[in-house]
Amino acid sequence: MSLQKPLMRGLLAKRLRFHVPIAFALSMLAAVGWKYGVTEPRKKAYAEFYKHYDATKEFTSMREAGVFESVRPTGK
Amino acid sequence: MSKPMYWDRREIPLPDKRYKDILTPADKSLKEKEKGPWGQLSNEEKLALYRLSFCQTYPEMNQSSSEWKTVVAGVLYCIGLTGLVIIWQTAYVSPPAPRTFDAEWQAKQVKRMLDMRVSPIEGFAAQWDYEKGQWK
Repeated sequence: MSLQKPLMRGLLAKRLRFHVPIAFALSMLAAVGWKYGVTEPRKKAYAEFYKHYDATKEFTSMREAGVFESVRPTGK
Repeated sequence: MSKPMYWDRREIPLPDKRYKDILTPADKSLKEKEKGPWGQLSNEEKLALYRLSFCQTYPEMNQSSSEWKTVVAGVLYCIGLTGLVIIWQTAYVSPPAPRTFDAEWQAKQVKRMLDMRVSPIEGFAAQWDYEKGQWK
C-alpha cells in the first residue's frame, strides 16, 4: 500500500529542458527554410526582372494601352 | 453556491463537504469506529468510509465518454441546415449581381490589369507573355 513519492519540484524546469531545444530547432528550421525557399528566389526574380528592363518601352506600351490619366496615347 | 458543496472535479481533490449527508445507523457506527485506531478497520470498512466521503474516484471521474460523437453530429447537422437556408437565400432573396461580375466586364478588367502591369515580377502580369499575347 506504499506508493512512491511523486515529483514535487522542478516540474517547469523539466518541461523546459525538453521543449525549449525542440522549439529552438523548429524555429531555426522555419527561418532557414523561409530564407532559402522564399527570400532567395524572390531576390533572384527581382534581379532577373530588372537586368533587361527598359523603362521607356514599358511606359510607352502602357501609355498606348490607355491606362494613364496624365498622358493620353500618342495621336490624341 | 454560498453553502459548502460537494464537487467531483479534478482540481478539487478535497471538496468542501462529505458526499453522503444522511447517514444510516450503520454508517454512524462506522464513523464512530473511524475515531479509533485505523489499523483495526477492515478493507471493506475503509472502502465504505471512502464512499461515504466521495462519490467517484479519480479514474471514474476522468473516464472519457462518447459525447463528442453526438456533439460533432449536431454541429454538422446544423451546418447542413444552414447550407440549405443559404441555397434558398441565393435563389429567392439576394438581389442580382452587380455588372462587375459579368464575364465581359471581368475580361476587360483582366486586360486592364495586364496593361498596367500589375505585379509584373512575381505576381499577376508576370504570368502573361507580352510578346506572344498569351498566358505563360
